[in-house]
Formats: sequence, C-alpha cells, structure tokens
Amino acid sequence: MSSQVSGHAENVVTTDRRGLLSRIWNDKETRSVIIQVLALALICAFFAYIIRNAVVNLEAIGKGFSFDFLWQPASYDINQHLIEYTSRSSHFRAMIVGLINTVLVAIAGIVLATVLGFALGVLRLSKNWLTNKLAHVYIEYMRNVPILLHILLVHGIIVHTLPRPKSAMNFGDTVFLSNRGLVSPTPHPEPLFWIVAAMFVAGVIFAILFRRWARRVQDQTGKIYPVFWISLLAVIVVPVALYFLLGSPIQWEVPALKGFNFKGGWNIRPEFIALWLALSLYTAAFIGEIVRAGITAVNYGQTEASAALGLSRGRTLNLVVIPQALRVIVPPLSSQYLNITKNSSLAIAIGYMDVTATIGGISLNQTGREMECMMIVMLIYLILSLLISTFMNWYNNRIKLVER
Amino acid sequence: MKAIKFAAAAVMSFAAVSAQAGTLDDVKARGELNCVVSTGLVGFAAPDADGKWAGFDVDFCRAVAAAVLGDADKVKFVPSTGKTRFTLLNSGEGDILFRNTTETMSRDADLKLSFLPVNYYDGQGFMVPKALGVASAKDLDGASICIQTGTTTELNLADFFRINNISYEPVPIETNEEAKTNYLAERCDVYTTDASGLAATRAAFEAPDDHVLLPEIISKEPLGGAVRHGDDQWADIGKWVVNALISAEEAGITMDNVAELGKAAGDNPTVNRMLGTEGDFGSMIGLDAQWAMRAIMAVGNYGEIFDRHIGPDTAIALQRGLNAQWKDGGILYSAPIR
Repeated sequence: MSSQVSGHAENVVTTDRRGLLSRIWNDKETRSVIIQVLALALICAFFAYIIRNAVVNLEAIGKGFSFDFLWQPASYDINQHLIEYTSRSSHFRAMIVGLINTVLVAIAGIVLATVLGFALGVLRLSKNWLTNKLAHVYIEYMRNVPILLHILLVHGIIVHTLPRPKSAMNFGDTVFLSNRGLVSPTPHPEPLFWIVAAMFVAGVIFAILFRRWARRVQDQTGKIYPVFWISLLAVIVVPVALYFLLGSPIQWEVPALKGFNFKGGWNIRPEFIALWLALSLYTAAFIGEIVRAGITAVNYGQTEASAALGLSRGRTLNLVVIPQALRVIVPPLSSQYLNITKNSSLAIAIGYMDVTATIGGISLNQTGREMECMMIVMLIYLILSLLISTFMNWYNNRIKLVER
Repeated sequence: MKAIKFAAAAVMSFAAVSAQAGTLDDVKARGELNCVVSTGLVGFAAPDADGKWAGFDVDFCRAVAAAVLGDADKVKFVPSTGKTRFTLLNSGEGDILFRNTTETMSRDADLKLSFLPVNYYDGQGFMVPKALGVASAKDLDGASICIQTGTTTELNLADFFRINNISYEPVPIETNEEAKTNYLAERCDVYTTDASGLAATRAAFEAPDDHVLLPEIISKEPLGGAVRHGDDQWADIGKWVVNALISAEEAGITMDNVAELGKAAGDNPTVNRMLGTEGDFGSMIGLDAQWAMRAIMAVGNYGEIFDRHIGPDTAIALQRGLNAQWKDGGILYSAPIR
C-alpha cells in the first residue's frame, strides 16, 4: 500500500521533471495562445519583410517615398469633372475629381440596382409562368457572365449603335441622345426659385411631423390617416404648383449642335452610362435573388394569419412580410453595395475617369509614384467600403428583430 | 513544416526580385532576353500571322539578343500598355524596353530609366476622317479626341489646346486597338498620337484613304529604347547595339555583305572596328568581338530595318524624313565606334 503511494508520488515528480515546457504545451489553452502568438509574429515578420523589401528596392533605384507630387500640376485633362478642374490643377485635385466620379457612379448604381433588384425578386416569385421564367433567365445570364464583359458590351452597344451627334436622336429639341452621350438642358435658377425650394423643404418637414402625429393618433385611437397621399401633396404637388404659379423661375440652358459636338447643357457621357447600367444590371440580378430569399423566408402562414385578421394585401406586405423579409435581405444586400463600389474600378476598361483612372492611373504613370498612388487608391476604396458598411450596419440594427 | 517551406519560398522569390545589377549575367544565365514592347502596333511591334513578333522595335530587341546571346530568336516579348511599360522594366520583368517611348527628362531622372540613343525621331500628330473637312488642328474646337493614357501625347494635347485657347473632350483609352475601335465608331472625331503611330494605325484600317493626318506636329517625340538606371554596363550594351545598327548603314554594311566584310580586316578601319577585325571593342562592353556582326546579320542595318517594317514600300509608308542619315539630310547621327 505504502509502496504504491510512493510509486505514484515518484511518477508525479518525474512528470514534473519532464519540464515546464511540455506541461505548457499539453495545456490546451496555453498551447492555443502560443500558436496564435507565433502565427501573429510570422504574419508581422512577413509584412515587415515585404514592406522593407519595397522600401529598400525603391531606394536602390533612387526613388524615395514622398507624397510631394500631389501638389504638382497634373497636366492632363479629365472629361467629366463635377468640380472646377483644368490641366493646371494639382494631382490632388485630379484625385478628388476621380473620387467624386467614383462616388457618383457607385451611388447611382446602388439606387438603380436596388430598384431593379427588388422588382426582379418579386417577378421571380410571380405565379405567372412567363414572368417568372423571364426573370429567372435574366438572373442566370447576368450572374454567370463576368461584369467586365457586361461593361464592354454595354459600352460597345452605345458607341456603335447610337447615332453620331449630327444625326442625334432629338427629344423635343431639348434632350439629345447620340454615341457621345445624353445631352440635356442645364437649369439656372432665378431668385424666385428659392421660394419653391423653401416650400419643398417645408413640405418634407411637414410630412415627417405629420407622419409622427398620425402614428400617435393611430396608437391612441386606432384612426388611420392617408399619410402617404398627404405627404405626397406636401412634398411634391404643392411645390410644383407653386413653381408654375411663380411663372417657372428657372432658365434652361438648352444644348445645341455646334461644330463637332453639342455645346451647352449637361452631357452624361457614354462611359458613365455604360458603367452605370452594367454595374446596376449585373448587381440587380444578385439583389433579386437576395430579395426572393428574404421573402420566401417569411412563412406563408403569416400571410394567411394576417389575412384572417382582416388586413388588406398591401398592409400584409407592409406590416408583416416586408419587415421580416428585410431582416434576411439587408446583411447580404450590404455586401452587394460594397461590390458595386469596388467593381466601379473596372471603369478603366472603358475610360471612365474614376479614382483608379486618375490618381491610380494617369497620375501614377506620369509621376512614376506607383507605391504612393496605389496606397492612396487602396485607402480610398477602404474608406468608402467602411462607410457603406457602417451605414448598412446602422440600418440593419434598426430593422433587426427587437427581442423584448 | 509546410508553412515554413512556403515562407522560405516566398522570401526567396522576393529576394530574387530585389537583385539589381548584373543584368548581362542574368540574361546570359537565363539564356533569353526579356524585351518590353507594345501590345500591338503594326510596323513597330505586333505578332504577325504566324504569331511571331515582328516590327521595327522588335528588330532592335532581336539585335540586342543576337549581340548578347548569339541568337536573335532568344527573346521573350513582354507586351505592355503605355501605363505598365516602366513598371515592367523597373520591377525586373523586362531587361530592356523598345516601345516607341519618348525620351523625356522626368522619365530619365525621376522614373529612373537610362535611355538608349534615339531610334526614331517623331512628333505628335492628329488623324481625322476626311469627311469632316478639317484642315488644321486649330479647327478642332469642341472636338472629342481619343488619346492613349499614360503617354507624353496626353500632356502635349492638354498644353496645345490650353495655349491655343480652344476646348476639346478627351476620350482616354488604354491601347492602340481600343483607340482604333472608338475612332472608327466615331466616339471621337480625332485620334492623336505619334505621327508614326497614326500612320501605322491608319494602314490597318479597311479604308485608309478616308482618313487624313493634319499638318500640325505639336511636339518633339524622340523615341528610343530604355533600360533601368544603375547598370551602366547593360546600358552601354543597349546604346552601342543601336549605334552599331545606325553606323552600319552609314558605313554601307548590310545583312548580306556583313559576313563577307567580317572575315578579315579590310581597308575601311570603321568597318574593321565594328566587325571586330581590329581593336577589342566587344570586350569593353562585356561581349565578344563579333557582337555587332551578329546583330547586323540578324536584322540588317538601320535602313534595312526601317524599310522592311515601316518604309515607303510597306503599308505604313513612312518616309525617312528626319530619320535619314545626317549625310542624307536627316538627323540620324551615331557616335563613332572607336
């Protein structure tokens, strides 16, 4: 008995002697910490090596690392600039022009893709066989062909099939469509116009307040006001009526063909249209599937239940189906919005001057500052993406299931 | 273990890229010359019907390969756009660049290139459809102009229109092929690039005669090869191969008579020095005595290269003009090999 005990004790001692190391290693938690620390160190060392390598190599060929070039004149022209820009402006300003163009096409793309996507999602659920199949074919075709090809195709169609400026499609002598783009009149507001604008703002504020008030009344008394129609009246109908009452206080600068191109007015260039349409049509196919998934995720029993309660079809959708479907739709929708923004960098294929084409393209090439320019471009996309995710996360938190 | 192997491999591959000097040794060890050319400009560098690269710039690549490796076919062509060419060269993807590239101070000093002697004196021109009835570049107010991005022409264009106080819409494009498509679809009224490039592009049109080059040449575009800064020996090789091809025309050495002339020293010391029958010029640049002979044997002298690819008898039909030998009224003037 005693010998057994002593033998056991000896055993423990020898295990102890086998070392601290082995004990640490055999402990699951410490082992995982060690592995993680080692992995992190390796990753850091790897990146440190790459960065050091890049810096050393740049030094070796005598190219320092500096952002001074941003303040030199860019010396090249950009066809689409929403802010003042000439070839004498700095590379920094060229970057801002590009950034604005990127944001413009991203926002326009997100809006159109969302509208089309929701429509497609609903069509895809339609009980009408033809509608359903057409939506299906469209979605499968768009999703399974690379976006770059869509962009080139749409651009090719616009440039090759639309008429030349001299024989442009003419819409009432004010809007012209040719393979150089869609030219429309530019508005120049007169002083009286600002009254209309003020009326519009007042209408929006009224609509928001009215909606809140109506909800409170409904909560207390159950009385329902036609919120939508009254808001529409305040926001659209009243300002529009006022606009005409004041004698249309906007001067329109109408474009006219002069020489090679249309002069005056706004020109939406084929490159923008092609990129915008291609991005929207492509992403809409994905959004359509997301919407379909979201709607089918809401059990049909719920629709039947609300019908049994006597809710109309519209109210069933608005109050029962959509709020629940949105919970499924919004998270994957966010990543589609990120995709649009990032895919917009394919603009370079057709010469739309986005941030990749300006600072990450021409500026990079003319100054030879590859490292600096690429860092700027990556940082810009990173910030844009993070902004979109932040917004979408905020929205997602608002609509997600509140557990009480 | 796998991870360590992977890391080691990654580290080694980076180390390989960071090797700088000793391009000659690298090329010899590889047995192949990596030459950066354009993605396709008929007459200058484009794959022919058999997929073999051919053209004016291509022949300079082949001449260097012949001088260095003894075989004009040991060239790997690295196609590049106006934007990627210098990065390809500086990152070590290419050993030498012949891509109708304009020599400028900033490219030389700031982009860290060493330019080889000019092999084509060019200038920026404009091409328009004949039907437009435009006679001068100054009539182009309001026109849409196709322009390759990342080129000196882009900057000249902005300057030209600003100085003359006329407006235009730049239509930026990546490659010559895209420019051609956009121009023929009349997305732009005008295509502008080096006059030689315009002639080459027009030659590939279905109806070349429907298009005219405007008389204005708005810039100086001395086109030449380039190598990375910092390897003087390699730069010397490029420089003297180009000079040898130019000098060969001046001295009357051709593809056909070079073998004969190189057999033994003749009574023309210039020819003797070039072909290695007198002096030891090859070893000065780290090559053997027959370096120039092999280059000329492979592609002929400057005049032969010019006539074969872009001269008056080709579809591109460029005249020698400025690119004639200095004795013939041009400005082609090689430093002597002595």
